Amino acid sequence: MNPIVSAASVIAAGLAIGLAAIGPGIGQGSAAAQAVEGIARQPEAEGKIRGTLLLSLAFMESLTIYGLVVALCLLFANPFAG
Amino acid sequence: MFFSLAAVEVGEHFYWEIAGFNLHGQVLLVTWLVIAIILTISVLGTKELQQVPKGMQNFVELVFEYLAGIAKDQIGEYEYRPWVPFTGTIFLFIFVANWLGALVPWKLLELPEGELAAPTNDINTTAALALMTSISYFYAGFKAKGLGFFARYIRPTPIFLPINILEDFSKPLSLSFRLFGNVVADEIVVAVLCLLVPLFVPLPVMVLGVFASSVQALVFSTLAAAYIGESIE
Repeated sequence: MNPIVSAASVIAAGLAIGLAAIGPGIGQGSAAAQAVEGIARQPEAEGKIRGTLLLSLAFMESLTIYGLVVALCLLFANPFAG
Repeated sequence: MFFSLAAVEVGEHFYWEIAGFNLHGQVLLVTWLVIAIILTISVLGTKELQQVPKGMQNFVELVFEYLAGIAKDQIGEYEYRPWVPFTGTIFLFIFVANWLGALVPWKLLELPEGELAAPTNDINTTAALALMTSISYFYAGFKAKGLGFFARYIRPTPIFLPINILEDFSKPLSLSFRLFGNVVADEIVVAVLCLLVPLFVPLPVMVLGVFASSVQALVFSTLAAAYIGESIE
């Protein structure tokens, strides 16, 4: 593989995950904060809040996972390796 | 030895060539095992149905009520029943597949190429599941509304037409990438930790992986039910 292409791919893979983790990190933080607030306000609704929270955390996490998929493509199935 | 138990091979497959197509044999083998496990449990649980359930029938009824609950929450009280088999099967397949991949030490079985793992760590499996979801929500929409189904593309205003069309493509894409990425991410994290510290340290991450993979099954089936419910309503 062309060394420039491989170097650029490795950097891009790192950036893909790093940048993709910023937004979901902030989002998960504020979702968890609101859930804790909700539980503190209404302790009897804890079960329902926890279920919804886990589901929405999984949705947010999937955004980072898209970055991971891009990184995996760059590292293991690079289309420009040719 | 511990390292070789956890090493991950991405992009290497045990190819079967059938009628000019290259098939990923390791995925199919584990898929058949998953199907066999689900079939065995459901046949055993429904073999001798009794008014007062006990043993296996009890367990199967519990699972069924949980799966029906997922569909009911998303699709609604009156239309959910025909879709329970679909969303339930998706849930069970992904759940059993992920847990088989996470709990069974597949490395003890040697393959000439590639490795046995959860079938959901192959993008072809997840893409197939996602396309099935697409087909079924289109089917549900056409069945409920006929050609009036297309009216949803110009809702709330015709300006949203391109975005609404794009959504039909992004739904299966995001469904398949989400599942694939989560499963592969778990495997890679465990493999990297095993490479650094082969004993005990990867255990919490493995437990987290088992938990996360069951959440993924719930997410996939919830989303499938939500898309179906969206096109019916």
